[in-house]
Amino acid sequence: MGSTSQTPQAGGGRLAALTAWIDERFPMTKLWKEQVSEYYAPKNMNFWYFFGSLAMLVLVIQILTGIFLTMNYKPSAADAFGSVEYIMRDVEWGWLIRYMHSTGASAFFVVVYLHMFRALLYGSYQKPRELLWIFGMLIYFVLMGLAFFGYLLPWGNMSYWGAQVIVSLFGAVPVVGDSLMEWIRGDYYISDITLNRFFALHVIALPLALVFLVIAHLMALHEVGSNNPDGVEIKKVKGPDGIPLDGIAFHPYYTVKDIVGVGVFLIIFSLVIFYAPTMGGLFLEGPNFEPANPLQTPPHIAPVWYFTPFYAILRAVPSKSMGALLMGAAVVLFVFLPWLDRSKVKSIRYRGPLFKFFLTAFTISFVALGWLGLQPATPLFTNMARVFALFYFAFFLLMPWYSSIDKTKPVPTRVTYHAH
Amino acid sequence: MTEQVDTGRRHFLTVATIATGAVGAAFVAVPFLASWKPSARAKAMGAPVEVDISKLEPGALVKVEWRGKAIYVVNRTPQMLAQLDGVDASLRDPDSNESDQPEFAKNPARALKPEYLVVVGVCTHLGCAPLEKFTPAPADVSVSADWPGGFFCPCHGSKFDMSGRVFKDVPAPTNLPVPPYRYLSDTRILIGAEAEKA
Repeated sequence: MGSTSQTPQAGGGRLAALTAWIDERFPMTKLWKEQVSEYYAPKNMNFWYFFGSLAMLVLVIQILTGIFLTMNYKPSAADAFGSVEYIMRDVEWGWLIRYMHSTGASAFFVVVYLHMFRALLYGSYQKPRELLWIFGMLIYFVLMGLAFFGYLLPWGNMSYWGAQVIVSLFGAVPVVGDSLMEWIRGDYYISDITLNRFFALHVIALPLALVFLVIAHLMALHEVGSNNPDGVEIKKVKGPDGIPLDGIAFHPYYTVKDIVGVGVFLIIFSLVIFYAPTMGGLFLEGPNFEPANPLQTPPHIAPVWYFTPFYAILRAVPSKSMGALLMGAAVVLFVFLPWLDRSKVKSIRYRGPLFKFFLTAFTISFVALGWLGLQPATPLFTNMARVFALFYFAFFLLMPWYSSIDKTKPVPTRVTYHAH
Repeated sequence: MTEQVDTGRRHFLTVATIATGAVGAAFVAVPFLASWKPSARAKAMGAPVEVDISKLEPGALVKVEWRGKAIYVVNRTPQMLAQLDGVDASLRDPDSNESDQPEFAKNPARALKPEYLVVVGVCTHLGCAPLEKFTPAPADVSVSADWPGGFFCPCHGSKFDMSGRVFKDVPAPTNLPVPPYRYLSDTRILIGAEAEKA
């Protein structure tokens, strides 16, 4: 102990001293201020802005439940299916941990799709947020990989045949297609070897990449600042203190707001886990309650709901390589939005009728394709999928045209905000 | 000694270091990437399998597993073989030019002996298992009227004839593959290996 005169007076003082001790060695206070308490976000962000923080919450849920699932799961063709049943029946609370993880996968996509739709509504991908958008899209791609690899792990019959269908897409690659498929599977078919490597990708490689991408996404966000429902750059109008006049500190204002979102989310999440964990076959498909059987295809193969819009496009094309190509394009085109959009305004509030029409058509097509992807491929449904796919691609490919000639409204210099 | 920094030399050394490092990284990547190829054990387990066809009734199908894939062996009746003629116009690849089969199977029967069809029971679209619908029921909505029967893929509706040849206007791009095989005797087929060239 030092002399009395040097000892800080009270508990708070001691804490301040500890903070100072850390700050000299690690930029704790600096980081907290830059990223949270002195990060100024537009004061007019509405409920569409919940989904970023909710995605982070789901990521934490997935990592936590995932770690505990690996403690009882066995990644081998002989044991995988049995070990999942063991988790469900014999491990204390194992069913809850597994249902949290399986529901979390679907929740991740719900939240991310809404988060992406928000960006379409308010032009959040536009300059200067192109890199922020690209990091976000990379997160989405990694998420798709995680969902795909994770879906094989229970080694149910739908796991098996779903993986079979997706891996054989690589057979559409000219010349090296067959050897590429062999290389991905590590065998002549989806086998124990494939399961083992998908497990490695699902539990370590992709989650690691995901965490780094989320950090990059947040760093880019905090560098350029959040967009808002008006699509106004709040940094353009600053007060004498250098703080945007329309900005409020992320903490406490948005941390408190996000906690409300978390509360609502957790209520819905719990309802699903406890009352509808399979969601009528949407979140956990019926055929997956049977072990994988390489000689018996399920009568109707459909991927989990979050992949069905793209699957419907794949099926709608009567040529395998073109189908695979268009499916890939349907996913990748999002990346180019910042350059396809020639509009002077960001937010839907000031956009013209053309953009509103194409966005509405795109949204309806995305949902309709999602539904069609779950149905058997009858000629009528295939033709419907072709029409919706046309609108889907028109949204992207015609964007340079309609976004530049659209009649936009004047954008205010300050955000619109009504105190309540 | 001069105080001048030789930037040319510095630049050369930087580029040389990066290049050497990149070459090293590329070499180190090889074992990791190659470790994904089928292992020695996987290759050994993909060895040829034998099938006994002495008890296969005319018109019947038997499935054998080879490399995790179902191999369909069908004892075709004369009526089934007769169906192979006259459908060329509605087939996508009637002469098997774009399809995967040993040289001996590049004919309408796609077989060593016409009575016995040996095909891989994996749809060339996305790897589902086609069903045998040798005599399609007329009320079946998934089957069109001009299809005489054969193999039908339940996943995306691809249709094949009694030789596994694909019909037009379905997603499957090519005929069902014929695996390499040979007759060990009149009643035993070895799947996975062709006869040695004489």
